[in-house]
Amino acid sequence: MTLRAAMNFRAVWAIYRVEMARAFRTVLQSIISPVISTSLYFVVFGSAIGSRITEIDGISYGAFIVPGLIMLSLLTQSISNASFAIYFPKFVGSIYELLSAPVSYLEIVIAYVGGAATKSIILGLIILATASLFVPLHIEHPFWMIAFLVLTAVTFSLFGFIIGIWAKSFEQLQLVPLLIVTPLTFLGGSFYSIHMLPGIWKTITLFNPVVYLISGFRWSFYGKADVSVGVSLGMTLVFLAVCIAIVAWIFKTGYRLRN
Amino acid sequence: MPSILSISGVSKTYATGFTALKEVTLDIQRGEIFALLGPNGAGKTTLISIVCGIVNRSTGTVTVDGHDISKDYRAARSLIGLVPQELTIDAFESVWATVNYSRGLFGKPVNHGFVEKVLRDLSLWDKKDAKAITLSGGMKRRLMIAKALSHEPRILFLDEPTAGVDVELRQDMWEMVRRLREDGVTIILTTHYIEEAEAMADRVGVINRGEIILVENKAELMRKLGRKRLVMELRNPLPAIPEAFSGYALELSPDGGQLTYTYDNQAERPGVASLIRDLEAGGIQFRDIDTQNSSLEEIFVNLVRREP
Repeated sequence: MTLRAAMNFRAVWAIYRVEMARAFRTVLQSIISPVISTSLYFVVFGSAIGSRITEIDGISYGAFIVPGLIMLSLLTQSISNASFAIYFPKFVGSIYELLSAPVSYLEIVIAYVGGAATKSIILGLIILATASLFVPLHIEHPFWMIAFLVLTAVTFSLFGFIIGIWAKSFEQLQLVPLLIVTPLTFLGGSFYSIHMLPGIWKTITLFNPVVYLISGFRWSFYGKADVSVGVSLGMTLVFLAVCIAIVAWIFKTGYRLRN
Repeated sequence: MPSILSISGVSKTYATGFTALKEVTLDIQRGEIFALLGPNGAGKTTLISIVCGIVNRSTGTVTVDGHDISKDYRAARSLIGLVPQELTIDAFESVWATVNYSRGLFGKPVNHGFVEKVLRDLSLWDKKDAKAITLSGGMKRRLMIAKALSHEPRILFLDEPTAGVDVELRQDMWEMVRRLREDGVTIILTTHYIEEAEAMADRVGVINRGEIILVENKAELMRKLGRKRLVMELRNPLPAIPEAFSGYALELSPDGGQLTYTYDNQAERPGVASLIRDLEAGGIQFRDIDTQNSSLEEIFVNLVRREP
């Protein structure tokens, strides 16, 4: 059987198109709003406060926070895009059509996660372009920068997909991003190097998975990292594998979808 | 006629412990209109949801045109169109986009000509650019049907399709159902409007408390289980039914001007002739006489009541 016959590519494309159309329909919320908030971070942290902070690892503070800010948006937007994309049809009931269609679990995940990841990657690149207006940027390892961007967007879109299936209300949908992901991102070295933390806090921070994402991503820009790049990549891949395993379990059992 | 849908020993117990279906076995014949009747909570929607792949079954097998719904789900689901009970559409999509989306979801190549035909047939063409949220309830119902037909299914499930729609739309829908049947599409519908099942269906199934309690050719069902009424307009009103007629199942209207005799038309001796003879002998004259068949609704109510 050829791949073309084995896969329902038309369904993947149909779902992906709808997801992308939603982003363009809500362009203000999807693109402009994160760009404005990122610009505000630059004004506050980069210019107002950053001008009083000395360089970190030989990098100006304004430039230092760029990878962290992109990661911040990438994580939150990947989660919110994917969780909303699957939760909304559950909420209005139109999920029946997806479940009754000749679509495999893999195709559903590729379409929804692909849509959510594409949107957040576009957003990440827009933020990068916005940042370049405020600070001079230098990307030392462009391939790895794109690799970390894509890997993180896909991983957290998968995570968002899981949240969207798990959530029974809009409140639950917001719970994990608001109470877990955002604090972890802020405490994960978006705005500082973890070397700046006192001893015990530095050790505690190493349990925060977001540290590895930001560190690896920052390395791709400036060649300097809080933790080794191999560990960063490994941790990202572990989180990706965990998300894939949970999604596989969800589809195998029909958890909150077919029961 | 070969069956296009075979349901065998299907049960469903939800995580809450509630058993919605108990060992349901049912065969749907190719090209027929099958009406599934049952009170609220009988298991109609659960059964449809299992066949369509929306709900996992606990036990049993289902095949659609020979394709197992689990092992060969792609082939099985491709043949099925579903119009669910609730109006569940992405409210912010246009009519055109959402119908084309449904077609794509079922793996069909782009065919704008076909989608246009579906929308025209359902009087939705002039609304093709409208967002679903702006449509009236009736229009949304038409849109649900358009989505279900977009991938040219061979079996169409209509779950309470006319609930809450006006008379005109209801008639349009039944006209559409007839056209689809002429094209060879098998229709399975659930409805509370039993007169519609009576007018449309070839066969009727009754489900109650998760069990199929009867499947019968509609005409046969009405013949077998139907009761008849003999209604007599009396020349002179009676104050009460005379004692001599206590052996007959007679009812007297409140004004005393009409006597109704209910009888089983399958009985060897329905008692009509003897009643008329006795009435004449008793000096009770009537100026008009009429017989009425009981409706499918009455048959259905009787069947469900009979269940323990």
